[in-house]
Amino acid sequence: MARIIVDDVHCKGCGLCVAACPKGVLALDNERITPKGYHPAKQVKDGCIGCSSCYITCPDVAITVVK
Amino acid sequence: MAKPNFGPVTLPDYQQERIGSQIAEDEVIKTARPHALTDANFNYCPGCTHGIVNRLVAECIDELGIEGKTVGIAPVGCSVMMYDFMNCDMIEAAHGRAPAVATGVKRVHPENVVFAYQGDGDLASIGTAETVHAATRGEKITVIFINNAIYGMTGGQMAPTSLPNQVTQTSPYGRDVSKVGYPVRVAEMVSTLDGVAYVERVTCDSRQHILQAKRAIKKAFQNQIDGIGYSLVEVVSTCPTNWGMTPLDAFQWLRENMLPYYPLGVYKDVVADGFANAAEAALERAKDCPIAQQGKEA
Amino acid sequence: MAQNTQAKAPERVLMKGNEVLAEAAMRAGCRFFFGYPITPQTELAAYMAKKLPLIGGTFLQAESEIAAINMVYGAAAAGARVMTSSSSPGVSLKGEGVSYMAGADCPGVIVNVERGGPGLGGIQPSQSDYFQATRALGHGDFYMPVLAPSTVQEMADLIYLAFDLADEYRTPTMILADGMIGQMMEPVLLPPERDIESLPAKPWATTGHGDARKHNVINSLYLSPEKLEQTNFERFERYAEIKEKHQRQELMECDDAEIVVVAFGAASRVARTAVRDARAAGIKVGLLRPITLWPFPTKAIDQVIEGGATKFLSVELNMGQMVDDVRLAVNGRASVDFFGRTGGVLPTPEEVLEAIKALAAGDSIKQSAAPGTVGSLLPHPRHRKSSYERGE
Repeated sequence: MARIIVDDVHCKGCGLCVAACPKGVLALDNERITPKGYHPAKQVKDGCIGCSSCYITCPDVAITVVK
Repeated sequence: MAKPNFGPVTLPDYQQERIGSQIAEDEVIKTARPHALTDANFNYCPGCTHGIVNRLVAECIDELGIEGKTVGIAPVGCSVMMYDFMNCDMIEAAHGRAPAVATGVKRVHPENVVFAYQGDGDLASIGTAETVHAATRGEKITVIFINNAIYGMTGGQMAPTSLPNQVTQTSPYGRDVSKVGYPVRVAEMVSTLDGVAYVERVTCDSRQHILQAKRAIKKAFQNQIDGIGYSLVEVVSTCPTNWGMTPLDAFQWLRENMLPYYPLGVYKDVVADGFANAAEAALERAKDCPIAQQGKEA
Repeated sequence: MAQNTQAKAPERVLMKGNEVLAEAAMRAGCRFFFGYPITPQTELAAYMAKKLPLIGGTFLQAESEIAAINMVYGAAAAGARVMTSSSSPGVSLKGEGVSYMAGADCPGVIVNVERGGPGLGGIQPSQSDYFQATRALGHGDFYMPVLAPSTVQEMADLIYLAFDLADEYRTPTMILADGMIGQMMEPVLLPPERDIESLPAKPWATTGHGDARKHNVINSLYLSPEKLEQTNFERFERYAEIKEKHQRQELMECDDAEIVVVAFGAASRVARTAVRDARAAGIKVGLLRPITLWPFPTKAIDQVIEGGATKFLSVELNMGQMVDDVRLAVNGRASVDFFGRTGGVLPTPEEVLEAIKALAAGDSIKQSAAPGTVGSLLPHPRHRKSSYERGE
């Protein structure tokens, strides 16, 4: 099963990855705040297919996709 | 050392602890930050497409294995601090002057891969002369042109590419073309110049378009490596902050308004047209001009 | 990089000033020239266009002076010995690029073969860009070395020196010549050919890191004020060293001089004759000819004051610009007066002699040449006809 790891150092919580995910498994984590003050993206459920659409649309290159 | 596009994807050193520690032994990295990027935070606003294009440039540098011989030029504008983001040698340039600075670098070290990363105010307003002349000289450089129809860094003023009736800080009643004229269509204009090898207009509002943008940028670099001529990739982009929209709404506005005015596609590709390089194409275009044909046999 | 050429022995030839600048620059290891045509410096560019390709160099006529100086910036960033040349209105356009070069610590040589101004002005010799040159030409807190040749020989010697100073201190460096020195021919002993390979390495240059070092950045942007201040402090430490080590001037007949004429470039050639004539008339007068305009030769001013000078006369081809630096250097220890012609007019030795005589008589300062210019001497009356009287 694929999954993503978000680098809090870079994520600015813009939400583009959330919209880009074809499986709808991403959301902004409203429980957490990054050192820069953003709610970072987070994988909230299983079902990631490792398509890397989130990585491709992320403007801050904050996402690592692993499988 | 830049990683080629085949073989395993690895994390850059600075992410080994931060991210690497979260990866299990049996997991394989599918996509990760390109090595040509440093660990510096982009200074762009959340959702700004500059970051996407910066990454595409870095990925192309990685995949072509050219980080060690690449020199980038980032002139004034939102991308002026690109020297902080890239691991290749970088030069910060004055507003509009990147093509001239790139010319200086390339003439000294023709073996280097030199790229200029310019915004619309920079390339199509204050630096129009430098752009037109670097292109027409056929400087073997790669230009990445970000067209987001506004001045971002100074807070949202009218750009040479702002659309008719577009409201900006300096066109508060909408761009009145009867008074300030029409947007400059850069890809169309530059493609008419003889020294130019390749011009393509792309965008980055979707996975599909971003992957196409990457193919174009990579080709623009490859053209330089192969000595084919000047290459320019225009990336129709968004500026959510100064457009006053969410990043997603900005993409919608781009699709509705920008893309009909700035159609995507290849505007010039001398290789696809069957020429070895821009010089050959220029010679053919002027085939009825005797003086332009002098020395052709040599 | 461009190919090396065989070392040539020095040779004496008869050449035009502008061409000597070009020839000596190539001998100093300059292989890259970017410029834009403008009178009266065009022979320099034409000479470069002819000769540089023959020795593996690059001559490029840019689309503007702005583009030319930015090509210089790029080539300098890439580690080359590089130059541009222009004349007054064109040099104004280079101000932006020179400021960026200074801010990014990029060496390069800028030649200004001055003509009269302001605006389009004229094309006759002038020194009206003294302020612009010595106050560093562009925006921001910086200076650059400014060398002022007064002979064709010095065109060769000083541009040779300019490349070394530029590299040593990582600074743009200017040759401030004028249309007269640029256009005239004199015998000149050309300097030997530099071996480009033996020039000091530039490990800071953006040449591609070759996977062998951290990436280099050429930059003048510092968003942190403390960092920018620190960068400027460090640059001014270099300026202090330049001021200490590189003040250059020629002193003539100054040992017992009570009056010292200060003049550079073309004006110094006229002043030299006037000083000789005044000496023949028994006046204790000498000539202090600044060769570096920045740094201004303040030590030489101190020296002649200690030697007994009580009166200074700044002779310039403008309305009085260097006279400010003379006043600053003299700092109230002696009187400072000015005589100048402007707009491309050269003073005659007789006019300068009259000014010296008036100063010697002690009753000289009656009128000012320009409104508000206190303590100036008017040009000779025969040069002060109205346009109607001149038949225009």
